[in-house]
Formats: sequence, structure tokens, C-alpha cells
Amino acid sequence: MSARPDPVFEEPWHAQVFALTVHLNEAGRLDWPDWAARFGATLKRHGLAKELNGGEDYFAAWLETLEGWLAEEGAAAADEVARVEADWREAYLSTPHGQPVRLKGQTAPE
Amino acid sequence: MPHDHHDHPHSLLPPEPALRVKALETILTRKGLIDPAALDEIIETYETKIGPQNGARVVARAWADPAFRAALLTDATAAVSEMGFYGRQAEHVVAVENTPVQHNMVVCTLCSCYPWPLLGIPPAWYKSDAYRARAVREPRRVLAEFGVGLPPETAVRVWDSTAEVRYLVIPMRPEGSEGMSEKELAGLVTRDSMIGTGLARVPS
Repeated sequence: MSARPDPVFEEPWHAQVFALTVHLNEAGRLDWPDWAARFGATLKRHGLAKELNGGEDYFAAWLETLEGWLAEEGAAAADEVARVEADWREAYLSTPHGQPVRLKGQTAPE
Repeated sequence: MPHDHHDHPHSLLPPEPALRVKALETILTRKGLIDPAALDEIIETYETKIGPQNGARVVARAWADPAFRAALLTDATAAVSEMGFYGRQAEHVVAVENTPVQHNMVVCTLCSCYPWPLLGIPPAWYKSDAYRARAVREPRRVLAEFGVGLPPETAVRVWDSTAEVRYLVIPMRPEGSEGMSEKELAGLVTRDSMIGTGLARVPS
């Protein structure tokens, strides 16, 4: 066995989507057994097409499940997510390297 | 003209799923449904404070303190909460103890239920289809692949975690660990030994 511990999260976005979900649960908005059932169903569906390795494809299923739940709850509709995602893409592409990336109209945090 | 990698005209674009997560965060923050500071706190907690070292302390204490062992086997949720390990994802913890006649092994066939406050984020193999399908079907072969060979008289029991019940395996205390302190004992307890895909280290 390797003495070096595995990194907790392989990619920053894995950590972000994990934290977002845990936060929604801790705030009492997302019921965990309901989440597990939904996530299990997504994994099962994805697992039909290919064998999931438990890494990137695991968090892809996680994100898809969360997006589906948020859309159903009316908290974040798919078209709204697509719009804000496009805003972020544009913000990255128009921000000089090394500068903090912010959405248009967003002011610097205090 | 050769491209100079040190002179990106714009910021490095994160991968597509990362932008989708950022979009969700932005939308939920604007609606007041989440607190971005809480997200950072959760990530920091999981990266620095929560991990198998917590479960190892629980196991070491159970080895060293018979009263705690009894309490842990009776009501693990209460016993580990008392040590400060609790959370919504470990509301109901059950400790299962390995003995010469029974080896315990944990899987989550549904998704990846795992006692986070005790073991942290599960490793990729625990979340893989291969482990989730095979742990139940052929546990001895899976154990052999992890390098664990059990005597024939030891039965293997596989526990399927759910969103409600998370299992913690108490591995057998290794020979040669007599007289060690709780802190030293904790150093023998590996993550895999608490999932049941490994054994505790034998002191050198």
C-alpha cells in the first residue's frame, strides 16, 4: 500500500460541487436520503453505458444530479444556468491573465 | 510565431463542468440560498480536519478501553459524537467488529455512502462500479486483490451502507501491540482496515 495519502479532491470543481451539496443539506434544504436515491439512480444510468471509475465520472454524475434537483426545486432552471455559465466563460476570456475573474457588474468583495 | 506560455492573453478557462458549478453557486448566492463563505469552510474542513485519522482514534480507543468498546458496539453514533465526530452524513453509525470467525467489509451499492466524519471522502475505488458490484458478489476475491488473505474459518460479512446507516469496521488489534499507547495504536489503523479491505498494521 502506498504511504502517500490520496488527494481529498482531484479537481477544484469536485470540491466545489461537493461543498455546495453538503451546504444545501446542512442548511436543511436538501434531504440526504432523497439525495442518495437520486444520485444512485444517476450512477446506475451512467453505469449502463460504461463502467464508472469513481473519479471524474463520479463527480459528473454528482453535478448532473444536483442540477436536476435544483431545476426541479425551481432554484436554478436549466436556461438560467446556461446563461450564467456563458457569463462566466466570457469573464474568463476577457480578464487578463493574473487578474481576479469577476462577472460583469460584480464589484470586488470587501 | 512561437506561443509564449508565460504570456496568456486571458485567464485560463476552467473546464466546462467547473463553469457549470460556478454558475450554480452564482445563482444560489444571488437568491440568498447559500453562503459562499460556508462553502469554503466545508472544503477546508474536509481537506484538513476530516479524514481517516478520526476513525483511527476511535478504533484505537476501542482497543485500549473496554468500556468505550462496549459503548461503541452498543451505540456508535453516541460514542463517536462524544469524541466530536458527528455530522449530517453520519447520523447513524454502526460499528462492526472483526473477530477470528468474522471479517467485516463495507460497500455502498447505491452510490457512495460512507462515514465522512470518521473517514473523510471515500477513495475512488470505493466509488467505482467495479468495487460496488463485486464486493457483494465475490468479497474474498476482492479482498485477495487488496492483499488480504483470510483463514478459511473466517467468514466474510459484507455490509451495504445506505444514506441512513454508515458502517465502521473495527479491525482486530494486531499482535505485538500490547502496551502501546492509544496514540501509537491509532498509527496502526489504516483507512482500508476501517472499510474492511485491509488489516491493521503490525507494529515493526
